[in-house]
Amino acid sequence: MNGEIAAILAMDGIASGAIYVLIGLGLVLIFAVTRVIFVPFGDIAAFTALTLASLETGGRPGTVGLVAVLAVLATAVEATALARNRAFDRLPRALLFYLVLPLIPAVAVWFAAGTTLSMPIRIVLSLALVLPIAPLLDRIVFRPIADASVLLLLTVAVALHFALSGLGLMFFGPEGVRTKPLTDAVFDVAGLIVNGQMLLILAASIVFCGLLFLYFEFTIQGKALRATAVNRVGARLVGIRPTSTGTIAYLLASLLAGISGVLIAPVTTIFYDSGFLLGLKAFVGAIIGAMVSYPVTALGAVMVGLLESFTSFWLSAYKEVLVFSLLIPVLLWRSLSFGGSEEEEAEE
Amino acid sequence: MKNSIVAAVVAASMGIATAAQAEITVGFITSQSGPGSSIGVLYDRGMKAAIEYASSVGAEKVKLIQLDDGSDPSTATRNARKLVEESKVDLLIGTSTAASTSAMVPIANELKVPMIAISPISVAANEAGDRWAIVMPQPPTLMVKAVVDRMKRDGVKQFAYIGFSDAWGDLVYNGAQKPAEADGLKILTNERYARTDTSVTGQVLKMMAAKPDAVLLGGAATQGALPPLALAERGYKGPLYGTPALLNTDFIRVGGKSVEGVQVSAGPVIVAEQLPDTHFSKKISMDFRAAYQKANGMPTSDGFSAYSFDAWLVFLDAAKRAMATGAKPGTPEFRVALKNAIFSTKDLVGTHAIYNYKPSDSYGVDERSLVMVRLVNGQWKYEP
Repeated sequence: MNGEIAAILAMDGIASGAIYVLIGLGLVLIFAVTRVIFVPFGDIAAFTALTLASLETGGRPGTVGLVAVLAVLATAVEATALARNRAFDRLPRALLFYLVLPLIPAVAVWFAAGTTLSMPIRIVLSLALVLPIAPLLDRIVFRPIADASVLLLLTVAVALHFALSGLGLMFFGPEGVRTKPLTDAVFDVAGLIVNGQMLLILAASIVFCGLLFLYFEFTIQGKALRATAVNRVGARLVGIRPTSTGTIAYLLASLLAGISGVLIAPVTTIFYDSGFLLGLKAFVGAIIGAMVSYPVTALGAVMVGLLESFTSFWLSAYKEVLVFSLLIPVLLWRSLSFGGSEEEEAEE
Repeated sequence: MKNSIVAAVVAASMGIATAAQAEITVGFITSQSGPGSSIGVLYDRGMKAAIEYASSVGAEKVKLIQLDDGSDPSTATRNARKLVEESKVDLLIGTSTAASTSAMVPIANELKVPMIAISPISVAANEAGDRWAIVMPQPPTLMVKAVVDRMKRDGVKQFAYIGFSDAWGDLVYNGAQKPAEADGLKILTNERYARTDTSVTGQVLKMMAAKPDAVLLGGAATQGALPPLALAERGYKGPLYGTPALLNTDFIRVGGKSVEGVQVSAGPVIVAEQLPDTHFSKKISMDFRAAYQKANGMPTSDGFSAYSFDAWLVFLDAAKRAMATGAKPGTPEFRVALKNAIFSTKDLVGTHAIYNYKPSDSYGVDERSLVMVRLVNGQWKYEP
C-alpha cells in the first residue's frame, strides 16, 4: 500500500462513514428521546432510495401505498384512543395530523407519476413521502407501549423491522435500483480523483450535523427534546409533552434517514432489504457514542466507514466480521469505564 | 396457493380411465410468488412453450399438474409430497430457487419418483447409492471453465478475481482455479464483496495494484455491476469476463458504459438467432422461441425458460423408452423404468445442450452447452 492508495481508501471510508453518521445521529436522537432503538431506521433510508428511483423511471413508488396504509392505521388508533377518552373535540386535529398531512405528498406523487420531474423536485417529493413513515409507526406501534422497558421496545423494534422489510418486498418488489448520480463533477485534488458525489455526501453530512447542533442549542423545541432525553418525568413536570417530543424526534430522524437514502442511492444498488445492514453499521457507531453522545457517535460512524474501507483492501472476505467485531472491545471499554447505567433504569 | 392444471389435459375423464389407458402425469413446481418469482415465472412460461411444442408421448397424452411454491423450500417439499402421494405423478420437475430445488431431491429419493431439477444444484445419491434426480443447467464449474478457456485464447496471462462473499462467489472462484492451472493462467486476487455493500473501492484498488490482464467477475445481476463501475472510475481499461449470472437486464442498465464489452459464458439459446445454421441448438432454439411466442404471446431471450423446455424434451424422450418396457404409468414399475430411461438419455438435442445422462452423475452436459457472448451496445452478441 502506498500513500495514494491510502488516501483513496480514507476518502472512500469517510464518504461511507458520512452516511453512517446521518443514520447514527438519527438512531441516537430517537433513542435519547423515546428509549426506542429504532431498528427499522435503515429500512426507511432504503425506502427513500427506492422511492427516488421509481420516480426517476416515471413509475409510481410503492411508498404511496405504504404511507396510505400506515396513515389509515394510525388515524384509526388515534381516533379509538380519543373516543375512549371522550375527547371528541381533538378529533379534527388528529385527522389533520395523522391522515391529511401524511397523505398530501402521497397524493401529489400519485398524480405526478408518469410525468418527468426535475431532479430537485423528485428528491423533495421522495423526502416528503418518506417523512411521515417513522412518526406514523411511532403512533401505531410505540406510543401504546411508551413506558415499557428498553428491552421490550427493542424487541418490538426488531419485529417492526421484519414487518417493514416484508412490506418493502410487497411494495417495491425484489429488484435492486440505482439512481442517476446527483452530480457528474470530478475534481482533481493534488493528483487524487475526487468525485462530486462523494463531496456532496460529506457536505450534506456536515451541514445536517451543524443544523442539528443549532437546533438543539438555540430553539425551544430542541431544548425540549434534550430535556426529555435527560429525564422524561422531569420534562413532563415542567410542561413538556413526551408524545409530541417523540413525534418531533421521529420526524427529524426520518429526515436524516431520507437524506442518507437520497445520498446513497446513486452510489450503490439498493434493495428492499438493504437498509438493515446500513442501520446496523451506523448502530456500531452509535454504540461507540454510548447511544447518548452525538459527537462521539459521529466520530464512531466515521471510524466504522474507515475500518470498512481499509479492511476491504486488506481482507475483503472478512470485512463484515471485522467491522462488527469492533463492537466487542468498544462494549468492554464502555462497560468497564461507565459501570453505572443501572441507576438510570431504576429511575423509571 | 394457486393450483392450476395447465393445458394439454386429455379429455378422458377419471371415471373411464381404464388400466390399459393410464396417462402419464407430471408434477411441475415453480415459484409464481415470492422473491424467486422473477425466475419462477420464466420457468412457468418455458413450460407452457414446451407443452405448446409437444404434449404427447407417442399416442399418449401427458397430464401436467402445476403448483406454486411461493419461493419457500418447505412449501416446495410439501407440494412435491402432495403431487406424488395424492396425484400419483410419474415425474417431478422443479423449481426456481436452489434452496427449494435441493429440498425437493430428498422427497424424490424417498418416494422413488424421478425428478428433473431446473435450478443448478448438486445432487447426492441416496443411501442405497441410487440417484433419482437429474439437473438440467450447466454446472457452475463448467460455466467458469468456458470463461477461463476463453481468457487463455484471448492471450490473458494473469487475471484478478472479485466476487460475492457468499456461496456463489466461492463457486466461481473455486471453479476458476482448476482450469486456470491447466491453462497456465495466474489468479492474482480473490477479492470479495457483499450484495449490500456500498463501495468496492478497496478491493478494486488492490486488484489494480496487481496489474491484471483481465478481471473475472463473480457477482450476479444488479450488484454484479458494482465492480465494473468502480473499475471504470479508477481508469481500468482491460477486458472483463463473467458468468451467466450477469445475463441480466438490470446488470446492463446499472452498469451502463462500464460493462460494455464484458464477455460471459451462456447457454447457446441466449443468442439463438445469431448461431450458425450448423449449430446443434439453432433449430430447436428457434422452434422453442416460436412455441414460446405462441404460448405466451411475447418473445423471449432469457435462458431460464429454456431449462424447463429442455426438461420437457428429456422427459418426452425418456417416457417414450419407458413406455416401451410395458410398465403402466402411475405404477412404481413405471417410475423405475422412467428413471432408468432418463439416466440413459443419449445425445438428446436441447436448446442449451446435447444431453447425456449416466446413472453415476446427475449432470449431463458438456462444453458444447456453453458459448461465449459479448455485450455490445447493450445487446449480447455471439462470439464464436
